[in-house]
Amino acid sequence: MPGLDLNLNLGLLAPEIIFLGLVILLFAASMANCQGRLVAWLCPLAALASALLAACGLGTESTQFFGVYRLDGLSQFFKILIALGYLVAWLNALSQKTVEGDQKPDYRLFLTLSAFGLILLSSASELVAIYLAMELASYSLYVLIPKRSRSREAAEAGLKYILFGAAATALALYGLALIIASQHVTIIAALTGLDWSLQSNPLAVVGLSLFLGGMFFKLALFPFHFWCPDVYQGAGNETAAYVATLPKLGAIIVLIRLASLLAPGLALTDILAFLAAASITYGNLCALAQRDLKRMLGFSSVAHAGYILVGLVSGTPEGLAASAFYAMAYVLMNLLCFWVICRVSADGRNLSYSDLNGLSARSPLLALSLLAAAFSLVGLPPTVGFIGKLWLITSAWGHGYDWLVIVVCVNTAIAIFYYLSLVRHAYTEEDIPAGGAQALALDKGLLSQAGALLLGLLVVLLGLLPGPVWNVVLGASQALLD
Amino acid sequence: MPTSYPVLTVLTFFPLLAAILLAPIRSERRVRQATLIASLVEVILALPLACFKSQAGFQFQETVPWAEGWGLTYALGVDGISILMVLLSVMTLPLCVLCSWTYIGRRVKEFHVCLLLMTTACVGVFSALDLVLFYVFWEALLIPMYLMIAIWGGDQRRYASIKFFLYTLAGSTLLLVAIVALRIAGGTFFIPDLMAQSFSYNFQYWIFLALFLAFAIKVPMFPFHTWLPAAHVQAPSAGSVILAAVLLKMGTYGFLRFSLPLCPLASVSFAPMMIAISIASILYGGAVALGQNDIKKLIAYSSVAHMGFVTLGIFLFSPDGVNGAIFQMLNHGIITGAMFMLIGAVYERSHSREIQKNLGLGRYLPHFMLFWGLFGLASFGFPGTNGFVGEFMVILAAFKASTAIGLLVIPGALLAAAYILKVTLRMAWGQPASPAGHGWRDLRKKEWAYLVVPAALVIYLGLAPTGLLSLIGPSVDETLAVFKSKREQVSVIRLTSPGGRPEGLIYERDLAPDGLSAQEEAM
Repeated sequence: MPGLDLNLNLGLLAPEIIFLGLVILLFAASMANCQGRLVAWLCPLAALASALLAACGLGTESTQFFGVYRLDGLSQFFKILIALGYLVAWLNALSQKTVEGDQKPDYRLFLTLSAFGLILLSSASELVAIYLAMELASYSLYVLIPKRSRSREAAEAGLKYILFGAAATALALYGLALIIASQHVTIIAALTGLDWSLQSNPLAVVGLSLFLGGMFFKLALFPFHFWCPDVYQGAGNETAAYVATLPKLGAIIVLIRLASLLAPGLALTDILAFLAAASITYGNLCALAQRDLKRMLGFSSVAHAGYILVGLVSGTPEGLAASAFYAMAYVLMNLLCFWVICRVSADGRNLSYSDLNGLSARSPLLALSLLAAAFSLVGLPPTVGFIGKLWLITSAWGHGYDWLVIVVCVNTAIAIFYYLSLVRHAYTEEDIPAGGAQALALDKGLLSQAGALLLGLLVVLLGLLPGPVWNVVLGASQALLD
Repeated sequence: MPTSYPVLTVLTFFPLLAAILLAPIRSERRVRQATLIASLVEVILALPLACFKSQAGFQFQETVPWAEGWGLTYALGVDGISILMVLLSVMTLPLCVLCSWTYIGRRVKEFHVCLLLMTTACVGVFSALDLVLFYVFWEALLIPMYLMIAIWGGDQRRYASIKFFLYTLAGSTLLLVAIVALRIAGGTFFIPDLMAQSFSYNFQYWIFLALFLAFAIKVPMFPFHTWLPAAHVQAPSAGSVILAAVLLKMGTYGFLRFSLPLCPLASVSFAPMMIAISIASILYGGAVALGQNDIKKLIAYSSVAHMGFVTLGIFLFSPDGVNGAIFQMLNHGIITGAMFMLIGAVYERSHSREIQKNLGLGRYLPHFMLFWGLFGLASFGFPGTNGFVGEFMVILAAFKASTAIGLLVIPGALLAAAYILKVTLRMAWGQPASPAGHGWRDLRKKEWAYLVVPAALVIYLGLAPTGLLSLIGPSVDETLAVFKSKREQVSVIRLTSPGGRPEGLIYERDLAPDGLSAQEEAM
């Protein structure tokens, strides 16, 4: 076993240390009920600093803490994404209308704590550590989701998330116990070489399936998705923007790490492929029927969870890299979509399609960004969503899952209808319903425009010039499978 | 063509640049002027294409690595099949700007941005030599076209625009699967490399079907045509012009560029079906056009019929047929594009597209009727116009292939004469119920400007088609020669490992392409 000693390198752990410091500081601020601007503005600085430091560590590969904590290209890539996503979530929370002032320090604390958990998760390479990091990220969410003042829906959403989450966690723990009982190790690198076929080692396969089930819950994959639309709808717009993006990243990185246990033809891989197909189709079909934008995005994320799994079934470095790349694309497009929603919903209410009417006249830039996000979610070129999907299906073709590729592509034709509705309402519908969100002025501040422009440019530019990011994730996945 | 000047890249991305530069301009008049200037610059930028040599193979080729890790290249190039389509796309742009000068009254800047973006996508589609690049342009075109119909369209624009988007997108989903399958089986996305390879019959069979769905919807061929009349009728005239002149050609171009060279054996076995559908398109399109009261719908259905001639020509696999088909693609672009501009012009005067509301124009708008008559004659292939040359070549090829096919096509040509003459007669000499037409002005200078160009082309190409045919000829001969040799070759080899796989690619594994069929069936 390589790296079975403490092997501590504080320089590489800088992103984690910065976030930990931030958490402690926010905890103190929250205890003192200090609403100072200084503490608040430390968050984006810390996020930027950790993203930069994580970027410095892209080339490294080492394990720390007795092999439990692995720092490699993949973990650093996800840490950058998490830090930047946290930055956007924090910016969203700046103009929060549904959280009362004295609750804002708490909100920031739990947001940061959740991001910290995810950062730990991206490096955790041992099942117990994964479990702990995952729960750190989730428990914070249990507090965040109901924080929408005097909203019964938010309370309902929070309760649903906790109950479902507890059940999923229990299942995952049970699975963990079975894995330990049958394989006697929990470090992923050691688990890779072991036997994972259903015939010879059924207990381990059942255990891993249950453990994966816990991850699928976080990812909102069919049939573990029931919380997703309700939580998105019930939580505040800013909270939903966070819940929809970063925690999914956490689940994806664990799945990518566990995918080294999978190979085409295993029973577990077949289940994965089937779940992917079911999730894509079910998510898209349900999204067709939605009126509430966040609910629609909830079902859309069920579908996207399926897309991400497509890369995992092939068991090749290209497949894993495609999944990682698509995870990034997913986060980008959703952040962009929610960015627009947060700006348009001036008083923090939930939006329906008709609230977007006439957006192109009211704010051309926001409308254009929404168009970019919508077409990227469909997977139309020239956006990052297209390139991501192209790589997913190219990696899956020819490994016995060609039918899955066809399901993915055919689903584009289903998905286009409801994403197109976003564009249709923003660009072609001009009659504004009385009393809708249009009655309120939307946020057209510099920050709002700059954020939309930046995210929109990223969505298009990464679609046109994906090469550099692709090389990073490919290198990382090759290192993972070696 | 050893030139360092990247003419195709410039042609493709200049409109995009112009669209970005339009952003700060506020005055609507200035936006129109700026777009007109940009479109004329685009035409001038196309002048280096005059160095095109009439020989086979891709010219003006540019290759730059795009995403090397996945073997994507940014590759552009034109041959005899695509150069005319590139020129047609470029030429259409200034005409569209002119014909929207008074037609489009609101959200002017966005409209012109859409026009410019569409030109970028059109030129890109016809010059892309990388499958993914082709697909990027192919799909990217949908977005501005959708917006054009949905924002500036007629009363039923929502229905028409969504139908357009859903139909064309649904068709191209399997195109993406085919691209991925070709990448895995052939080892590259680069089109000339793929064309040099041979695939097993089973593989070709499924690839052909996937491509067929995408291209047949775009053309559109008979059972897939229903989006076209809706889109045409609702689109603003510039939208209809681009739709008719360029967009429909992408389908037939796809058949020529991909289906024939990549799936020769499957093309042969599907040829009877293709010929049957083409004839059905010709007859059905013509018959339905005869019954229309809406002028725009009539021309839209006539497009279905005309494009039927093109697909028929392609799937006869003879030089006459394919040359005629390409020539007819160009002709249809010029003639139908011009007729949609005329309809736009008359709509601005009468505010109706009903034949009934546009009677007796021979008295009120004589110059208008002159142009209508000319394009009408060209549309049904009157000798001396370009329509005659293309249609005649296809019919000749049809008779050479089989008398039965030839005889089936003849009624289509007759129908074309019938519906065009019917609408022209009523528009020229019909008795209007109210003398509203007295106040209408005959063609303005701008309208003359955008009508004279296609009119000159109609007559010039009708009288002297040999120049253009000699441009197309070598590429067509080469395509057909390769097609023939591969047909014979593929039928005997059993493909195990496709050759010519460049180094450094990801997929080392040999794939038995036969696996494809079983899995598609399983779905």
